[in-house]
Amino acid sequence: MAKIEIRNLRKEFGAFTAVRESSFTIEDGEFFMLLGPSGCGKTTTLRMIAGLELPTSGEILLDGEEISQRPPSQRDIAFVFQMFALYPHMNVRKNISYPLVSQGMPKAQVRAKVDEVAGILGIRDILDRPVGGLSGGDRQRVALGRAIVREPKAFMMDEPLGALDAEFREHMAEELRALHDRMGATTVYVTHDQLEAMQMGDKIVVMNNAVVEQFGTPQDIYDWPATMFVADFIGSPSMNFLRFDGKLAPGATHVGLNGHDMRVPELREGAEGKLVFGVRPEHITLTDAGDYRAEVLAAEYLGTTQIVTLATPNGEVKARIGAAQKVAAGETVGLAFRPDTVTVFDEASGRALRSAKNEGVLAHG
Amino acid sequence: MSSFSVTETSARAKWISGTLVILYALITMIPLVWIMLTGFKSPADSISYPPKVVFEPTLEGYVNLFTTRTRQTQEYLEANPPQNWADEIVRQYDMVIVGPSKFGQRFMNSVIIGFGSTFLSIFLGTLAAYAFSRFRIPLADDLLFFILSTRMMPPIAVAIPIFLMFRNLGLSDTHLGMILLYTAVNISLAVWLLKGFIDEIPREYEEAALIDGYTRFQAFYKVVLPQAATGIASTAIFCLIFAWNEYAFAVLLTSATAQTAPPFIPTIIGIGGLDWPAVAAGATIFLLPVMVFTILLRKHLLRGITFGAVRK
Ligand SMILES: Nc1ncnc2c1ncn2[C@@H]1O[C@H](COP(=O)(O)OP(=O)(O)OP(=O)(O)O)[C@@H](O)[C@H]1O
Ligand SMILES: [Mg+2]
Repeated sequence: MAKIEIRNLRKEFGAFTAVRESSFTIEDGEFFMLLGPSGCGKTTTLRMIAGLELPTSGEILLDGEEISQRPPSQRDIAFVFQMFALYPHMNVRKNISYPLVSQGMPKAQVRAKVDEVAGILGIRDILDRPVGGLSGGDRQRVALGRAIVREPKAFMMDEPLGALDAEFREHMAEELRALHDRMGATTVYVTHDQLEAMQMGDKIVVMNNAVVEQFGTPQDIYDWPATMFVADFIGSPSMNFLRFDGKLAPGATHVGLNGHDMRVPELREGAEGKLVFGVRPEHITLTDAGDYRAEVLAAEYLGTTQIVTLATPNGEVKARIGAAQKVAAGETVGLAFRPDTVTVFDEASGRALRSAKNEGVLAHG
Repeated sequence: MSSFSVTETSARAKWISGTLVILYALITMIPLVWIMLTGFKSPADSISYPPKVVFEPTLEGYVNLFTTRTRQTQEYLEANPPQNWADEIVRQYDMVIVGPSKFGQRFMNSVIIGFGSTFLSIFLGTLAAYAFSRFRIPLADDLLFFILSTRMMPPIAVAIPIFLMFRNLGLSDTHLGMILLYTAVNISLAVWLLKGFIDEIPREYEEAALIDGYTRFQAFYKVVLPQAATGIASTAIFCLIFAWNEYAFAVLLTSATAQTAPPFIPTIIGIGGLDWPAVAAGATIFLLPVMVFTILLRKHLLRGITFGAVRK
C-alpha cells in the first residue's frame, strides 16, 4: 500500500513538452483518476510513475522514497495497458504467473496464488485457454489478474476500459471499483471520459495541454472548477459562461450582467476587464417574473428533466429544469441563478477568482 | 446485378487459379525431377537419345559420387571377391573402390559455412533490428540506409578487393573467412527484414514484462523473440539459400579445406569422363538440406513473405 507524491514532474520529448511541472498527491488506498482530453500527457505521466519513461525533471515519491530514476522492476508498481498486452504465446495461467515467476517464487506457491486470484476475478475456468480467443472482458480480467497477483504497492491503469464496447464498459467499471474497494490498493486510473472519472474516482486530476489544471474530489471539482477549461470539460452539458466587462474589488458580492445586478459568493480577489460569470445548468431557474430576460431557442426532453437552450444578452446558456415545466421555443422568460453556486472567471487567464465559497477547494488545487 | 464479390472467390476462379498453380509448379519442377531421375540412371541411360523416362534404376551414380575407384587386373579381381553391393556395382567396369571421394567433406563444408553464416546473420541481425526498432539511435535512418546500401551492387563486384583482403588476413580457403563473408552479405537483408517484423510487435509486451520484474534483455528474449519467431524463420531461410547456393566467391576464395559443394560438383565431371549420374546425384543431395529446412519452416515462410500486408 502506498502514498504517491508527484512534485514538479516534467517530461520533454526532444523539443516537445508532454508534461509540464505537475504536482499532486495520491493518498494511500485512493482510486485516483487522471482525466483530460487526448494528447494532454496522461499516459506519459502514468508511464513516468511506473518507470516506463524517465522524467526530464521533478520527483516521484513512493511512500516518501524518491523513485523517479529507478527501473520499473524496482518500483513494485503494476501497470494495466489499454490493449491489455497479454503475452500472446502463453495461456491464461502462464500470463498471470509471469510476474511471480520473475520473482523466483516456488512453483506450488505460484499455482496456489494464481488460483486464488482467478477465483477473485471469476476466471478459474479459462486458466488453461490460450489468450488469443478470449473475449474483451476476459482479456481485461486476465490483465487485472496479472497486475494483482503480485500484490504491488500501487496499480497504474491506462484507459483499461477503452477497448471494451460501451455496454460492457459500465459493467467492468463497477467490477473494477468493487475489486478496488475490496483490496484497498492505491490505484491511478487514466481516462478521457469525465463521466467515468466522476463515477469511479475518489480524487481526480484534470490535465490539459501538458498542465495539471486542478486536483481534488469529483464533487469539489464539479462545484468549484479552478479554470474555465475544467468547468467546460466536466459536466454534461457543461458550465454556462456569461461574458461581461467589469471591475471587481475584493469583497464584492455582486456583478453587473448587462445592467442587472447578480449576486455571487463574496470575492476574495479583485479583477478587471473581460470576465465570465459561470453557472451550472441545474442552477438556473426559469421564472415569468425575473428582470434578466432570455429567449427560448430549443428544449430537449430527457425524461425527468429537460435541457433548455436560451439566448441571453451575455451569450447562449443551457438550463436543466424539471420536465413538467412548459416552455416553448420563441417565448421570452426571466432567468434566476443560484447565487451561492456561481464562479467568476478572468477570461484572459481562464482562472477562477477566489471567493468565500471556493477558496478552500482552490487552496490545494 | 451480378453476384460478383471482391472478397469471395467463385468456384470457377478457384478452379482456374488452382490449375494455373499446378501447371506452373509442374513446369518449374521438371528440371528438378529430371536431375533426381538422372541420379538413378546408368551412364548409358543418362545420355541415351531419345531420353529415357522409364529405365532400370541403379545406385551407380551415388556410388561414384562418394567413392574413388581404380581399374584392376583380372587376377586381382578373381582373388578378391566383392565385399558389398557397392563393390558389385563397380565390378561391372573391372574396378574396385579404393576410398571415399571428397564429396562428403565438401558437403560438410557447405553445411558448416551455410548454417554458420545463417546463424551469425540472424544473431547479429536480430539484435541490431531490435535496437533500431526500439531505441532512439542518433542518425538511425542514415545508418539503416548505409546498411541497405551494401546491397546496391552485386557482391561479386568487390571480388578483387575481397580476394586481396582475404589473402592478407589469411582467411583464404578457411571456414571462418567464408562464414564472415556470407554473413557480411546477408546481414543487411537480415536487419531490414527483422526490423520490419519487430516493428510490428507492440512495445507493450516488453513493457509489461519490464513491469513484471524482468530486465530489458530478459524481456527481449522471453517476450520479443517468441513473437518474432516467424520473421526469424523466414529471414533464416533467405540467408541460408544465399549462402548455400553461392558459387562465385566460393570458386574464387576456396580450393580445398573450405571448398563448398557448388564449386566442387562440376569438377566431378572431370574425374572419370562425363559421369552425369554422379553429378546429378551430387546435385540431388546438395538440394536436400535447403529443401528440408524450407519445408520445416514453411508455415512461417508463408506468413513471412506476406508480412506487412497482413495485420495481426
Ligand atoms: N515517445 C514519444 N515521443 C515523442 N512524443 C511523444 C512520445 N510519447 C508521447 N508523445 C507525445 O506527448 C503528448 C502526450 O502524450 P500522451 O500519450 O501522454 O497523451 P494522453 O493524454 O495519454 O492522450 P490519449 O488520450 O490520446 O492517450 C502527445 O502529443 C504525444 O504525441
Ligand atoms: Mg494515453
